[in-house]
Amino acid sequence: MTEEDKRSLIVKLERRYQEKYGRKFQISMKEAPQEALWGYGLELSRCIGCRRCVYACVRENNQSRYKRQLHWIRVLRLKRGNLINLENSEHYYDPDLVPETGFVYLPVQCQQCEDPPCVKVCPVHATWKEPDGIVVVDYNWCIGCRYCIAACPYKGRLFNWGEPNIPPEELNTSVHYLGNRPRMKCAVEKCTFCIQRVRSGRYPACVEACPTGARKFGNLLDPKSEIRYIIENKRVFRLKEDLNTEPKFYYFFEA
Amino acid sequence: MEKLQDTLKETWHFYRKTLTLVARGSTAYYAWCLLLLAFIAIGLFYYLRQHDVGLFATNMNDQVSWGLYIANFTYLVGAAAAAVLLVIPAYIYHFKPIKEIVILGELFAASSVIMAILFVMVDLGRLDRFWHMLPVIGKMNFPQSLLAWDVLALNGYLILNLLIPIYLLVRFYYHKEPNWKFILPFILASIPWAVAIHTVTAFLYNGLPARPFWNASILAPRFLASAFCSGPAIIIIIFQIIRKVSAIKLEDDALFKIAELIAYAMFLNLFLLGSEIYKEYYSHTVHIAAFKYLFEGLHGHNFLVPWIWAAMAMNVMAFFIFLVPHTRKRLTTLNLGCLLVIMGVWIEKGPGFVIPGFVPDPLGEIYEYLPNLLELMVSFGIWALGLLIFTLLMKVAIPIVTGEFTHTEYEREIIGLKRY
Repeated sequence: MTEEDKRSLIVKLERRYQEKYGRKFQISMKEAPQEALWGYGLELSRCIGCRRCVYACVRENNQSRYKRQLHWIRVLRLKRGNLINLENSEHYYDPDLVPETGFVYLPVQCQQCEDPPCVKVCPVHATWKEPDGIVVVDYNWCIGCRYCIAACPYKGRLFNWGEPNIPPEELNTSVHYLGNRPRMKCAVEKCTFCIQRVRSGRYPACVEACPTGARKFGNLLDPKSEIRYIIENKRVFRLKEDLNTEPKFYYFFEA
Repeated sequence: MEKLQDTLKETWHFYRKTLTLVARGSTAYYAWCLLLLAFIAIGLFYYLRQHDVGLFATNMNDQVSWGLYIANFTYLVGAAAAAVLLVIPAYIYHFKPIKEIVILGELFAASSVIMAILFVMVDLGRLDRFWHMLPVIGKMNFPQSLLAWDVLALNGYLILNLLIPIYLLVRFYYHKEPNWKFILPFILASIPWAVAIHTVTAFLYNGLPARPFWNASILAPRFLASAFCSGPAIIIIIFQIIRKVSAIKLEDDALFKIAELIAYAMFLNLFLLGSEIYKEYYSHTVHIAAFKYLFEGLHGHNFLVPWIWAAMAMNVMAFFIFLVPHTRKRLTTLNLGCLLVIMGVWIEKGPGFVIPGFVPDPLGEIYEYLPNLLELMVSFGIWALGLLIFTLLMKVAIPIVTGEFTHTEYEREIIGLKRY
């Protein structure tokens, strides 16, 4: 795509969103920065299962609010003594107060695999890995076959089964073409590490929302970054490492 | 000039006769077509609703993201692949009773592929973008995505199974010996191609480590074995109907031969299934969860359990019916066996195969999926459309095979012969 094409595409989309939602959008098409490969850290010993990350993500990324509310982050509750066999997890826990004694919490979202099975199976090249390691979807090219959903071991990909419902006043109008711009029915979407934020030097919304500081984010190629410090000094592991998907999402415990 | 006129006249004759053949028939024929048309109309009505609101209208969700449509797709690919069981004895071993009916088998395969493709189309969220999948005009992810392979394999198989019978029918129409040098390579190609469509479809599921239930190397052989049971069983039933309602002669021997092949295929099918069950239950890893869900229920969820046990019972009963020559060679028991196979394999290879792939899902969640009315009606509509296509094809093909419908030149001869 030339610069010219991009500009006309943005104008077209902005007009379309103006008509549909009556709001003025700023659509970024900012490219991946040089020398960046984003990585994520999540300290399990600190997570209290409050789901603030889940709802911060919903608001930031313009997910459907009702008649299929969509969550890109899912927090699983596991009885202490379990971690790997997720069949023992509870996805819909709803206590008055968290954390609950006897339980640990495991938030899961797209793990931004270096070798993503979803990209491999997509029949139409509607999803790919960007140079900064983020797996993105072209919502306007996806045919809705849901093969990627079947292929993803982390349930990182979600589908708008109907027209997404967002009250116009709740829309986040600062969007990225490959990220949180409003989507349409029957196409796949997923976490992009908040591409609209991280490519402008900000943290993903979930990192900012976490009240306990369990969520960390940074550039894996920068030896001085926090995420590199974590990988080198804490006890990290990645979910389903045995599947060779090479996630860039590191869970860790206080060493 | 005269020649052109003749050709035009002949073409007109062909089309007029075709239309007459399709439009005229017994009361049963009209009733059958009307019934199918009614189902198609209802299916279309429900599909339009789905298209309007999105797949929200179905019972699928983020946990079980493929359902009845993909189950039917998988089954029909198998049914289509089964035509090869007629092609091999007919063209390679020149087994005469089957050679006479092989064209009908190929047209059956073509109809099944059309249904299979339609089931994928209705499952797409964005039908308006389906062309993204096509080579050249779209952006096909070939050779990486197995779904891209399937698009090529299925369409190739469809073309082969239309080209071969249509070519042969045209030659029959002109009373000319087919040019075997031209058509034989296509016939030979259709044999490995039939294996290929089912292998590719099996690989489509097989290559996903996220879904341990499908991620078993035994999958493609199991697919083939079950396909060679259900497809021929459907063909046996259809051939008996054709024999009743048309002038075509069909020897019992051909049916019995096909039934014998089903016995072998069913043995393999049960053996492969047994191997898989042994491995899962004896090693008893976490990957057994989907098997448990299917065969005994998981954490109190057991929608599929009665279905799979019914399927097991049907398949085993059918195996013995086809194994024993006495029951195989009696039409009543033969037909009973066929019905058992058709239903048993549909459950096993359709919902019994697709749904447990999603239960439990990769994060351990258990959601019990049952198709809703809309999915059922759309599915019935596609089945009805496939049957209608096949019926109309038969209506034209059979008179050509029997020599009733032919070039004007020979028609005069036939009329002449009748007069004297």
